[in-house]
Amino acid sequence: MADHNPFPGENNTGHFWDDNIRELNNPPPKWWMIALWASLAWFVLYGILYPTFPVFPWQSQQDGGFTKGLLGWTSIKEYEQGVEQVEAVRAQYEEQIANMTPEQILEDPGLTQYTLASAKVLFGDYCAACHGSGGQGNPGYPVLADDDWLFGGSLAKITETVTIGRKGAMTAHETILSAAEVDQLAQFVVDLADGGEGSEADWKLFNEKGCTACHGQTGNGVLAELPDGTIITVGAANLTDSIWRFRPGGYESAKHTILYGVNQPGIEQTRDAVMPAFGDSAGSLEGKLEPDQIKKLAVYVHSLGGGQ
Amino acid sequence: MNETPSRASGAAIDELYAEAHHWEVNTGGETIHAKRMPGKWRRIKWLAASVWLIFFLGPYMRWNGNQAVLFDIPNRKYHLFGITVLPQDFWMLSLLLLFFAILLAVATALVGRVYCGYFCFQTVWTDVFTWIEEKLEGSPPQRRKLDKAPMDARKIRIKLVKHSFWLLIGFLTGFSFVAWFYGAGPLWRDFFVGDANVAVYASVALFTMGTYLLAGWLREQVCFWLCPYARIQGVMLDKSTIVPTYDVERGEPRGRVKKGQVESTAVGDCVDCNQCVAVCPTGVDIRNGQQEGCITCGLCLDACDSVMEKVGRDPGLIRYASLDEIEGKPVKPMFLRARVWVYTGILALALAGIIYGLSSLAAIEVKVLHERAPLFVQLSDGSIQNKYTLKVLNKSEQDLSVRVSAESSVPIELLGAEEPLLTPSGEVTPMIVFVKIKRSDLSGETLPVTFHADTELSDGGQISAERESAFFGPSR
Repeated sequence: MADHNPFPGENNTGHFWDDNIRELNNPPPKWWMIALWASLAWFVLYGILYPTFPVFPWQSQQDGGFTKGLLGWTSIKEYEQGVEQVEAVRAQYEEQIANMTPEQILEDPGLTQYTLASAKVLFGDYCAACHGSGGQGNPGYPVLADDDWLFGGSLAKITETVTIGRKGAMTAHETILSAAEVDQLAQFVVDLADGGEGSEADWKLFNEKGCTACHGQTGNGVLAELPDGTIITVGAANLTDSIWRFRPGGYESAKHTILYGVNQPGIEQTRDAVMPAFGDSAGSLEGKLEPDQIKKLAVYVHSLGGGQ
Repeated sequence: MNETPSRASGAAIDELYAEAHHWEVNTGGETIHAKRMPGKWRRIKWLAASVWLIFFLGPYMRWNGNQAVLFDIPNRKYHLFGITVLPQDFWMLSLLLLFFAILLAVATALVGRVYCGYFCFQTVWTDVFTWIEEKLEGSPPQRRKLDKAPMDARKIRIKLVKHSFWLLIGFLTGFSFVAWFYGAGPLWRDFFVGDANVAVYASVALFTMGTYLLAGWLREQVCFWLCPYARIQGVMLDKSTIVPTYDVERGEPRGRVKKGQVESTAVGDCVDCNQCVAVCPTGVDIRNGQQEGCITCGLCLDACDSVMEKVGRDPGLIRYASLDEIEGKPVKPMFLRARVWVYTGILALALAGIIYGLSSLAAIEVKVLHERAPLFVQLSDGSIQNKYTLKVLNKSEQDLSVRVSAESSVPIELLGAEEPLLTPSGEVTPMIVFVKIKRSDLSGETLPVTFHADTELSDGGQISAERESAFFGPSR
């Protein structure tokens, strides 16, 4: 340090070492300093307006162990406002849907669009696990996109199925029929599925062994058709088309079903075929779906490709 | 150099050198206060700049009762003289951008940075801003003096008026810009009563401040140190590009003319008056040759010609010429230069694409989405069914009733399209349809299916669109 400044007018700080090493005062550019102070001001202002500092450690985060900010903003509140906005848009459709039958919804293209879009989410949550994302079915779970229905494919029937659930039943014939009879019947249903007519002996056996009680006189699963077009069924499969209830279908599959039946207690190899109830009245499942949601799902499933 | 010795007019020469020391080459340290001189290129500059009036007046143009050009961003509709362009047609924008990029390239290859010198908004706005500055503060020396003078009532008054004008122009710029997007009528109605949305106010504020800062304060520094075009355009020049060029052969060695002195043949025509530097809006010395700071505005040509006239020499010491021409090499005709052909080819292609696009804008468009899960479904009668979601886009200004049909090489049954689809104007309306084909008719796993959409406009015009998709069946 020198008392005498050998470099006057140079804008140095007056600190010298070894005669000529000195500290100059070169301030940063003005705009840079302005930006620095502006960002500091921003920080202070932000700290006042928004929740910022976790300064109350004796309080838990839920109780608000932080400064709240003057604006009272929270991310949850912003989220809720966003949801409210979406709900407001939905509300106008939901109000209409609440007072309409599924048939009336399908007559309105705009409402149908909304319902399909909205039900797609419900279908994904509640149905797709078994029936596949597009209703394409899974082994053991029926295809919903085709026109083959066990319990009816009308909007009313679909609503009923979703609401109260379904549980098919078929007797196990392991002890009732002889091996030859089981074999003949299995061959017979494969023949029917492939578009064959079946021999007289086949039909005779089919009738005698009581298959018609559930599968109907013609084997198409229909017990009776009322004059108004309502079809009476107990959920037995239509044996005359090539769609198999229990995939992969074919001789072995048919034989298995005939031998061990469907949903037979005490028989280990029996077919499992249960559709849970999703409606309000379904005590055991605690009413997973609201009636309006079931209404939407009925429209959705009906539109998958095979609604009747 | 070839001139016969003559006597230069004394008074004019004194005047020339009186201010010569002011004109220094721009190194960024000082504000450039360029001198304004009348002349041929000055007039052309104003004419070229006046094209920008379209920017301010364009939004008030009407077409069939609507704003002629309106970029309606909230509704995603872009109206161009009765044609409505939707975001789906935006591939044309890339062609348009390509067109202008190549136009810039071809112009640069032929005549240098003519865009910078005459049309660029930075140049034009800066020109207007400095014109205002000159009207209020006076000539460059007066401006320099005023800048150095202490703040007093007069200085504050002048500066206040100047900055107000600058901000006003900035505001008009922003306002006019937004009018292209918001609509001029609604903007005048909403803006001043606070009814416009935040984006509008933010855009106008941004443009006001941007214009004020860029044209008022940064000026030629934008061309020097911010603008990428300056650098890109620099490499697109070659020796046959016509740019403002100082005729070195004729001008050097420079010699100051002295009063009463007989002109000597030992010195060149350049009298070293620095007027070319004085008028340069970017403060470069053109006598050093073409350089990054030169925006080829031609103002130094005017200045030099007027000096040459005063000292009684031929004009054109600085003139629009190619380097080849100045060096006395043969000048290649324009059409023999490969880059001219390549650029022109790309220009023509882009233009053809845009014209094709605009002329083939159909009023409806169909997209077909094939259902993936399941790809196909077997029905109880043995036939195979596929599900499709059709998305029908109605680009017309009216609601349309669209009939959908489908065909293939084998008999098909189309379900779900019995009723015509009502499509609101400007919207995409989805429609779910099913196609059924008998299994015996299916020869392979896939089969092409063509969907047709037909509709009729209110004036009776028939419109149709089609889209090919595929039908999927089981493997055999």
